[in-house]
Amino acid sequence: MSLTPPGTTRPRSTGRGRRARRPRRAWLGWAFALPAIAVYTTFVLRPLALTVQYSFYDWNGIGAASWIGLDNYTRLFTEPELLATILHAFELIVFFSFVPVLMGLAVAATIRRIAQSRLATVARTVLFLPQVIPLVAAGIMWTWLLSTTGLVNQMLSAVGLGSLTRAWLGDFGTALPAVGVIGAWVQIGLCTLLLLAGMSKIDVSLYEAARLDGAGPVREFVSITLPSLRQEIGVCVTVTVIAALASFDIIYVSTQGGPGNSTMVPGLEIFYLAFSERQVGMASALAVVLTLLVLLCVLPIQRLTRDGNR
Amino acid sequence: MITTRRETLTGRVLLVLLMAMTLLPFLSLLVTALHPSGSYPDGLSWPADPQWGNFAAAFTAANMQRLLLSSFLIVLGVVPISLLFGTMAGFAFGHLRMPGHRIGFLIFVLGLTLPFEGLITPLYYQVRDMGLLNTRWAIILPLIGLFMPFSVLWMRAHFVNMPDELSEAARIDGASTWQLFRRVHVPLAKPALSSLGILLFLWTWNQFLLAIVLVADPAKRTMAGALGAFQGQWGTDIPLLCAGSLLILTPTLTIFLIFQRRFVAALLQGSIKG
Repeated sequence: MSLTPPGTTRPRSTGRGRRARRPRRAWLGWAFALPAIAVYTTFVLRPLALTVQYSFYDWNGIGAASWIGLDNYTRLFTEPELLATILHAFELIVFFSFVPVLMGLAVAATIRRIAQSRLATVARTVLFLPQVIPLVAAGIMWTWLLSTTGLVNQMLSAVGLGSLTRAWLGDFGTALPAVGVIGAWVQIGLCTLLLLAGMSKIDVSLYEAARLDGAGPVREFVSITLPSLRQEIGVCVTVTVIAALASFDIIYVSTQGGPGNSTMVPGLEIFYLAFSERQVGMASALAVVLTLLVLLCVLPIQRLTRDGNR
Repeated sequence: MITTRRETLTGRVLLVLLMAMTLLPFLSLLVTALHPSGSYPDGLSWPADPQWGNFAAAFTAANMQRLLLSSFLIVLGVVPISLLFGTMAGFAFGHLRMPGHRIGFLIFVLGLTLPFEGLITPLYYQVRDMGLLNTRWAIILPLIGLFMPFSVLWMRAHFVNMPDELSEAARIDGASTWQLFRRVHVPLAKPALSSLGILLFLWTWNQFLLAIVLVADPAKRTMAGALGAFQGQWGTDIPLLCAGSLLILTPTLTIFLIFQRRFVAALLQGSIKG
């Protein structure tokens, strides 16, 4: 709503004007917001504050808690095992986020022309399937696919790459990428469809003009498609980066963080620290760091892609 | 539009490949589920003697009837209350715009990206102190709170676009704010409400972390939480595990396929607003 310069008459009475005459109603909105505020405060804001508080304590969850200041945080950044969980989360971003967004872009740009066809309508349903099922189910499915006798190894043997076959999730070198593949499978469809939806809003005449000027598909993609998709790309990156940093379900069912610690991520480590090892303070410090990481990664993306409007 | 046939063809081939990649894991799950229980089948092979009975066995082993009921009860607790509270707050922040509404809304937006893992430890102690551990309320109540930022954001986006004149007219007819909300705005918000309902249903049904931390009995969890327990119990019997997983997937898949148009629209919009 734009500001009205003093002295000009307002053409219609706005909500603000009415409320100025009836101050009693002005605050009524808070009554409407109250139930939401109450549940949000009880189950989000309070736990959030408590997480921060616990993170400064050494507490086993039962006995007395003792204040240890920043010790949990120092340990977090000096103990290689704990630090590794954070690094793993960043490695997963490559699979959960970069791969699906880049593949989504490539695929969507290629199939843009048939976006209205019957095939594309069917694809809209099929490609959403991984988004609809529980992540746990995706984890179970792929654990089987990636096992020694699973489909992946079967296909490798069929094309003569039998020497590559292995228990993908049980091998120190391949477990993390293998978990990443599961995440990529979940996210690719969503990214493709989001980007396709964004492309359908681009004015077709832009492409026609570019074609007449002799632009090839690559030029077309770089000069027209990519700039028009800023917001959609931002959404894809945001959603998938959060999924990577806060991954839990897939890893819990497929590797439990193993072998060794090779697929341990912050979400799973928090779960183990708090509920198996009874290190509530340490778990909370990791939770605070995870929350900050998500914010630090997501806010700049939001800023970059919101381009002025709102 | 200038299109060459080669380009269209590449597009079609690529789309079919992507669909195949999406469907192959489901197919592998299905054929594996048909092998004799306890065997170690190859990735994708049709069994000589398909054991359709595995599904019945998994239905009993997974305690499917109770699981369905439990998930249904949890959804029934989460979705209507979230819709009601979210709509009321969205109406306040988007339409009534009371003094300080910007700050109030901002505080909700802040909660939007919080990972559940960051809150789960204090939630556990809080739910325990409330005496709700191992009851369905332990999942229902926190989820209502955790979904609130998104619900409020979603409904506010709807109410921001409602013209003020609409309310003016109702006010002149003597409607109180509650009547205005109930009689005028809620009926107009139906499309936004149903999309939000679909998303909340899906996220509740698939909720895993809260279910495994706060409820020990799989039969009182969500479908996803129960699936985790089923894996722990039957993880070595691959065909039975596959059959059970498929059974647990079926309810969401069925609902998705029936309402797929609404689902796809809601999921697309949902990611944009989130």
